[in-house]
Amino acid sequence: MKDFLSARLRTFVLLLLACLALPAHAQLAIEITGAGATRIPVIIPVFENEQVLPNSVSDIVRADLERSGLFQVMDNGVAPISANTLPDLAGLRARGADAALGASASALDNGRMEIRFRLFDLPRQAELGGMSMVMSPSQYRLIAHRIADYIYEKLTGQPGYFSTRIAFVVKSGDRYNLQIADVDGANPQVALTSREPIISPSWSPDGQRIAYVSFEAKKPVVYVHTLASGQRKAIANFTGSNSAPAWSPDGSRLAVALTRDGHSQIYIVGADGSGARRLMSSGGIDTEPNFSPDGQTIYFSSDRGGGAQIYRVSANGGSAQRVTFDGSYNVSPRISSDGRTMAYLTRGGSGFQIAIMNLANGQITKVSQGGQAESPSFAPGGRMVLYAENGSLYAVSSDGNVRQRLSVQASAVREPAWGPAPK
Amino acid sequence: MKKLLVPALLAMMLAACSSTPDEGAALDDGSGVTTVNANDPSGTGIAALTDPNNILSQRSVYFDYDSYSVKSEFAQLMQAHASFLSQHPEMRMMIQGNTDERGSPEYNLALGQKRAEAVRQALVALGANGAQIEAVSLGEEKPRCYESYESCYAENRRGDMLYQGEF
Repeated sequence: MKDFLSARLRTFVLLLLACLALPAHAQLAIEITGAGATRIPVIIPVFENEQVLPNSVSDIVRADLERSGLFQVMDNGVAPISANTLPDLAGLRARGADAALGASASALDNGRMEIRFRLFDLPRQAELGGMSMVMSPSQYRLIAHRIADYIYEKLTGQPGYFSTRIAFVVKSGDRYNLQIADVDGANPQVALTSREPIISPSWSPDGQRIAYVSFEAKKPVVYVHTLASGQRKAIANFTGSNSAPAWSPDGSRLAVALTRDGHSQIYIVGADGSGARRLMSSGGIDTEPNFSPDGQTIYFSSDRGGGAQIYRVSANGGSAQRVTFDGSYNVSPRISSDGRTMAYLTRGGSGFQIAIMNLANGQITKVSQGGQAESPSFAPGGRMVLYAENGSLYAVSSDGNVRQRLSVQASAVREPAWGPAPK
Repeated sequence: MKKLLVPALLAMMLAACSSTPDEGAALDDGSGVTTVNANDPSGTGIAALTDPNNILSQRSVYFDYDSYSVKSEFAQLMQAHASFLSQHPEMRMMIQGNTDERGSPEYNLALGQKRAEAVRQALVALGANGAQIEAVSLGEEKPRCYESYESCYAENRRGDMLYQGEF
């Protein structure tokens, strides 16, 4: 037996190739399928001296804002607006725009570049603010996303999400790839490849590690995987099934579902796999834990009352309170980073849909369109939700208006997890 | 890999205990080593696990929609595997519970566990030692049938019994 096991272990080591470069066809394609009812008209001209940058940064800023569905980017031949002088705001306003970006690039002595920008509110004829950023040539995408985040936050009042990353699992043939990409699909990397399923990726709060469930041992085992090094460790590998990892907001612990005592129950375990302890005892299924952003409460799904419903309990255990009451199947709770809303999966007359509940007043909005949705995951800020349906991912605004489809050619994409805001 | 491994391992185990179900006599293979053949008239030897004519080669228990109890039609199968396990206390079994694809993957994992656990408890009630058996779940992740219609969903609501060497 031992020889068989070690032979299999070796095979697996060969399968687990960290940080592979991907063939071009494995990249996410993003298609906008819905936009906001009213979009803010903005002018984002080519930057002054943009030719000193390795690639067009203004193109990426425009694409980010367009894709968000909240902006109408007016690209009608406006000349570059210098960040160093006050532009003709009345003239820009006359073009019908509500905001305009003035930006200038310059090459520095050490091979680095600087971008200075200022954002203007045209109806008020006022400057909204600006920044200066120094970058190395390889950082042009990141810098572009940061500028787009800045514009998004200033004009909508919500934090931007363009410099976040997402994780998801791509199944191509008999291979499962746990993949990481920028939220616009750029910079795809494979963190793990396996012939057995991978599910439930969960980002650590600092974005450095991902916990997930891998079936490479013919049963579900929870791993924590450090992205930079590719190193990973089984942090829950008990008798039975180990699944549903969710990080505590401070990154020190995870909540997991274990079946070491028969049926699925929630445990808290150190991020290094130490000190697993049962959170509470119930006669039925408890699974899919998710911490509230203050770390005080754990939301989870359970059939303790008969059907599958969402409950919440103190992170120290104790008695649980039921959260969902409509319908007979409400699972997969995910709490937004502001703690105000919960995304979850609900079954109704039109099948399985993603719903968003306002936790203050219980108001529910269904945001998915088909009947086979699953696996909701909030963007930082809670303005957008990512979910899986029929082999594609969808990013949708929490009001259901803005919608994008993310797909990989000839592959099924599932199990999305939206990463944290970069520090 | 499983398909290749299983016959190879079982062949090794067979060679090790040299049981030939057809004949009961002591055999001399000419090497000077005489092996006493433990005859196995009841057909419960390890070879029985892969003998298509033996009930022990049947490994799947099917469940009704939204149900997690072993149906009476599987009573004979449960009894056969429970007896085999109690007669071979060195053998280990993994039961993999499965569900159809609808709904939450993680919640389905918990439901698949309920099916695996139901099979495990049935085997223990019929005489197997619980320590021989690990119940795990594959949820909706390893469907046997990939289409979205009821007969296919039914095929995927299943518990599979695997013996050591097969997992």
